[in-house]
Amino acid sequence: MTATIEKPLTRNMPPDGTPLDLRSYEQAGGYQAIRKVLSGGMTPKGVTDEVKDANLRGRGGAGFQTGLKWSFVPLGKDVPNPTYLVVNADEMEPGTFKDRLLMERDPHQLIEGTIVAGFAIEADIAYIFLRGEYTLSAERLSRAIAEAYEGHYLGKNILGSGYSLELYLHLSGGRYMCGEETGLLNALEGKRANPRSKPPFPPVVGLFGKPTVVNNVETLCCVPHIINHGAAWFRGLGRTKDAGTKLFGASGKVKRPGLWELPMGTTVREILEEYAGGMRDGVKFRGLLPGGASTDFIVEEDLDTPMDFSAMEKVGSRMGTGTMIVLDDKTCPVGMTWNLTQFFAQESCGFCTPCWSGLGWAERILKSMEDGRGQPGDLDKLAFQAKMWNPGNTFCALAPGAAEPLQSALKHFHDDFERHISEHRCPWR
Amino acid sequence: MAIVYVDNKPYRMNPDENLLHGCLSQGFKLPYFCWHPALGSVGACRQCAVKQFKDEHDEHGKIVMSCLTPAKEGTRISIADPEVAAFRAGIIEGLMLNHPHDCPVCDEGGECHLQDMTVMAGHDYRRYEFEKRTFRNQNLGPLVNHEMNRCIQCYRCVRYYREYAGGNDLNAFASRDTVFFGRHEDGVLENEFSGNLVEICPTGVFTDKTLKHHYARKWDQQFAPSVCVHCGLGCNTDAGERYGSLRRIVNRYNHEVNGYFLCDRGRFGYEFVNSERRFRHPVLKGQPTSVASARHYLSEKVASGKVIGIGSPRASLESNFALRTLVGADQFYTGIGDAEARLVRQMIEILRRGPMPTPTLREIEECDAVFIMGEDLTNVAPRMALAVRQSVRQQPMEVAKKLNIPLWMDYGVRDAMQGAKGPLYIATPYATRLDDVATATFHAAPDDLARLGFAVAHALDSRAPAADNFPLAGEIARALKAAKKPLVISGTSWASEAVIQAAANVAMAVQAALSFTAPECNTVGATLIGGSPLSAAFQAVQNGRADTVIILENDLYRRAPAVEVDSFLKAAAHAIVLDHLANATTEKAELILPAGTFAESDGTFVSSEGRAQRFFQVFVPQNDVLESWRWLKPDHWQNLDDLLAAMYAALPELAEVRYAAPSAAFRIAGAKIPRSPHRESGRTSALVNINISEPKPPEDLDSPLSFSMEGTPDQPPAALIPFFWSPSWNSIQAVNTYQKEIGGPLRGGDAGVRILKPAAANGQSYFNAIPSPFQPREGEWLLLPIYHIFGSDELSCSAPGIAELVAKPHVAVNSGDFTENAEVEVSYAGGTFRLPVRIRPDLPRGVAGLSVGAPPLVGIALPAWGTIARPK
Amino acid sequence: MLTAEEINEIEAEAAHYPKRDALCIDALKIVQRHRGWVSDESLRDIAEHLGMSATDVDSVATFYNLIFRKPVGRHVIMVCDSVSCWIMGYERMRTHLRERLGIDHGETTPDNRFTLLPIVCLGCCDHAPAMMVDSDLHSDLDPQKIDTELERYK
Repeated sequence: MTATIEKPLTRNMPPDGTPLDLRSYEQAGGYQAIRKVLSGGMTPKGVTDEVKDANLRGRGGAGFQTGLKWSFVPLGKDVPNPTYLVVNADEMEPGTFKDRLLMERDPHQLIEGTIVAGFAIEADIAYIFLRGEYTLSAERLSRAIAEAYEGHYLGKNILGSGYSLELYLHLSGGRYMCGEETGLLNALEGKRANPRSKPPFPPVVGLFGKPTVVNNVETLCCVPHIINHGAAWFRGLGRTKDAGTKLFGASGKVKRPGLWELPMGTTVREILEEYAGGMRDGVKFRGLLPGGASTDFIVEEDLDTPMDFSAMEKVGSRMGTGTMIVLDDKTCPVGMTWNLTQFFAQESCGFCTPCWSGLGWAERILKSMEDGRGQPGDLDKLAFQAKMWNPGNTFCALAPGAAEPLQSALKHFHDDFERHISEHRCPWR
Repeated sequence: MAIVYVDNKPYRMNPDENLLHGCLSQGFKLPYFCWHPALGSVGACRQCAVKQFKDEHDEHGKIVMSCLTPAKEGTRISIADPEVAAFRAGIIEGLMLNHPHDCPVCDEGGECHLQDMTVMAGHDYRRYEFEKRTFRNQNLGPLVNHEMNRCIQCYRCVRYYREYAGGNDLNAFASRDTVFFGRHEDGVLENEFSGNLVEICPTGVFTDKTLKHHYARKWDQQFAPSVCVHCGLGCNTDAGERYGSLRRIVNRYNHEVNGYFLCDRGRFGYEFVNSERRFRHPVLKGQPTSVASARHYLSEKVASGKVIGIGSPRASLESNFALRTLVGADQFYTGIGDAEARLVRQMIEILRRGPMPTPTLREIEECDAVFIMGEDLTNVAPRMALAVRQSVRQQPMEVAKKLNIPLWMDYGVRDAMQGAKGPLYIATPYATRLDDVATATFHAAPDDLARLGFAVAHALDSRAPAADNFPLAGEIARALKAAKKPLVISGTSWASEAVIQAAANVAMAVQAALSFTAPECNTVGATLIGGSPLSAAFQAVQNGRADTVIILENDLYRRAPAVEVDSFLKAAAHAIVLDHLANATTEKAELILPAGTFAESDGTFVSSEGRAQRFFQVFVPQNDVLESWRWLKPDHWQNLDDLLAAMYAALPELAEVRYAAPSAAFRIAGAKIPRSPHRESGRTSALVNINISEPKPPEDLDSPLSFSMEGTPDQPPAALIPFFWSPSWNSIQAVNTYQKEIGGPLRGGDAGVRILKPAAANGQSYFNAIPSPFQPREGEWLLLPIYHIFGSDELSCSAPGIAELVAKPHVAVNSGDFTENAEVEVSYAGGTFRLPVRIRPDLPRGVAGLSVGAPPLVGIALPAWGTIARPK
Repeated sequence: MLTAEEINEIEAEAAHYPKRDALCIDALKIVQRHRGWVSDESLRDIAEHLGMSATDVDSVATFYNLIFRKPVGRHVIMVCDSVSCWIMGYERMRTHLRERLGIDHGETTPDNRFTLLPIVCLGCCDHAPAMMVDSDLHSDLDPQKIDTELERYK
């Protein structure tokens, strides 16, 4: 049975788009991981060890070792309580649409993963921090949470195990920064979603000052399956060193934009050509951002790179969220870069100088180039700004994320930028 | 100390601090904005970037923010590295994108931290060609000006205002490059320490609005080190003038007293010095007269032999002593109302008896359990309230320490602490502005406040006498007992000896530190000078033993009921008054001598903690105004030092005052200390309209300061610092270069000398005069004073900005019998007032509050029983 | 004054947090859902109910994209202007809406029926371009589909 489970995350989703309710989820084998974990057969540390062993890495974009993150939370009676588990369901990375699928179609999978993770860190309270625009997810998660409480999978003394976990759904006020781990914590505390500097780290000083872990939706959805089928099985699902399956996606002018659960390490080309069907008629491929707006452009010669955490870095990019945004030859690369930069500029929280000042400037330069008012020297200014946004120079990863498409576009599409300046127009308009 | 390598050279740095602190302490020119020694590090501006290397072989390094990196042993950084220097210049460039070209018209110019850091970082060319974002400014009241276009989003303002000062009507709005710092709507900033924004803000967003009315550049002002005259705490200031008018007050750093901050009354109250109601010439029998004839008249009356002198708690030691010398010690009377004088004497005696130490304001911040008994700190001793507000962080900070979060990592500490507060108990007749950080408050009449205190003392030590069981007493006692640095605070505000004695009992019982507030800038000093009670002065004249009274800087109508003062002044054949501004007493004076204010005089005040501090003349007035002691002194005292020598001889208790400041003979390498920055312009042309010849600068015989920009370029001792400036540091951040370690004491020690020292002896006996419980009376109210930071201090009310904020005189009650704003008649033994009513549910039953300080609510002997009725 | 219903909804969330001011964003969204937007007066009412200053609540309100501090029409159209929708034709959709409704971003039709706003990525990138009208997601847009969908909103 285990050997044939290739798509653990999506295989139970009804094709008509309706979500699994509690009954169908249980019938499909749901909430078995909870039972396994709470029956007394596993300790919190044991669960963490299993997840570490499975090499599960965060699927929110950063790729941090999930089990390792959990292990930073102090356990035991003397820990300041409550301990919190927070689900980062604030999917707002442009081009990313994978968590929405998971929440709308199989909400109980997320809930089960949350409960297992909660147990592993001895969490008392969990929140799902959901972006406010995901109204259908909100509806379906609400219902699923209520069902889970009725089924005694949540609340006091879950299934008589002695472990208790409250789960609350919180809808965000709407800001990209809420998807940043510490920005999310501030938003959940009812504040402006500025990030926090680390140290101290959330497992030490997190939500309301207490030990906290923040995990992405997709990451937590993997957890019940790891418990059910084991770390080795999970590792085996991946084609490369990285483990498990991943929801990969494609958007842009491809024949079949969509989302597919595939082994970690599937190549870019395979996703682009086999699953997305390649470019539409009438347009040619120029490049793509492999994993959402804050990843670097890769071009034709990089297409055989496996989509995993390490291989992508070798070609100067990142897997990010795994949903690729494809640039065709009829779409202006400068315009696309402008649109991306404008997104980051607008979403800057306004706390650290290089981000709030530099992104706005870069956006204005790119807009002026698109409008035919580019100046010689603009490219130097843009390159200088992209360097100002190196990781460590800024307070959080938003601006470094904005640097990735900008500096890679300048590299790969340099001539297109030059043409905008020398021709005083956008050649694509 | 840890060794940190900066550009491959070793330097000693404090390992409990961060690298920015360490580098600045070593004198490195490392630019920064959002960090502040009193606010800690948050890492917002990214200006303080340095490059950190793993070891000597690491060629690449990594850019880090020095403010967020601990100065651990062995750390290796580079400030000069070209990449990080280019990054720092890039940060300035980023800040300058939206910064308007305002320098020539911006008040901050010449003392602007942004200007200084721009030069320091080496950015000097504008590449940005797009539009700059702009804002609509808000009217934040008469004291602080708002010009948002200049904002560099460093967040210092809201961190200071909200987190340090506890305000909640200033915050950040919107986001990205359009963050707006302001209020939900236009309106007067509510926090009493809002004025510090003008020094906290590194650019010209928040500036001194009162300075705008008579603006001068910092480099063009003439300064002198001074001491605030608007309460008893003795905050150090620097006062700046130009062309003979006082322009503004800035904070003068004193590590032990005010640190980096002043209150709004102290910062903006100075304009009384420029008031139209100032006496500029002697006035004899209602007519202006010459100095010569005024002096002649004075000496005539003194020679006639039936003269008494009344001193003042707002006049300097020197002026009080000069009057005492002139009239003779037996004919010298304290200018403090009898009741208050008794209380202050008792307070001083308690402090001297010891063994409880009196903390400095800075030490108050470090106390970890505080019990305020019977004092409205925010309105009476504001800077102390600000210190107490910091003290409630002490205990909860243990959480951060346990988690190994360095205390300078501001947000990490605050997130760990989650707003938890250490023990603070406030017992006052009405709610105070510190109540928001109190563990518990107790609002009751003064006798009941005292009883609570006695109960706490008894709970701490059963040998102390007991009072009724107050449930809160046990809790307070436990908190004080468990603390490492407990503190009791009390004061004279409700004229209750019992309250003061109860406070002393509590302090004794747990060996807590003990702070007493004194109402005026030289209440303690005047009390140490001594003198017979004021009522005896009245008697002396009424009995005919004296017919001439010399009144020093004192409006007697504020000291005693009008009826008594009227009768006294009527009985006196000759009243000679020295003062700055016309008031009810000067109305009745036969001779008025124009007395110099703090800005026109040298002198010494002794603050409530017993610190003697010297203030220096800022400018020589262009009229007959003269410091009071110069009007009154015998001829053979040539200068201040002569007077002081006589004072030390006559009053050995004051001998240590000699350490308050160096004498007039002090020089640095033979040179005097200039009052003006070396760039001061216009000195020689200032009086060209009167006389084209360059005037000789006035000579200063009383101090080592010169009325000039010429003199030593070296940093003077703390007591003599007229302004803070260093090469590359034109703004108030120049204070960094005067401290041994940033945020610590000034080099050579801070100004002032503590002259009240507790005796070491133990086995003090407890006070045991416990008052009976307060009994409200049918049909009557116990009238008590309510204090206001703006309004209860005499001189600051004559500053136009402050005058705008003074509450109208009113009576406050906790009663449904009255409606808000209705006019009522308040009658008591001394008279009747018509006042509007304010309903205050925080007042106890049977107690009504009168907002004292502005006429007609002055000089009333409170507490007093009275009636409140609707007018017929 | 907050209505009893608004207060009940806010207090239902209160149990989820250890501190009262954590309710700030929830309270703003709840009041906005009832009133369409958050006026100065609504904001002051919320502040009073939570025991916070108006300035502090406003500081939070003005940070978030989904809190409206200006009046909006009966229906709010939020058109995604992020990169995938931009590639797939966002600008044509915006132009069409401008022509059809006579308003651009930040504006409301004279009959108060629609307010048009941009929004960041709606997570609908494989069915771009997309927009939301009130709580409803509409995807695979073209001018005709926009017209058809908007008909539903009176």
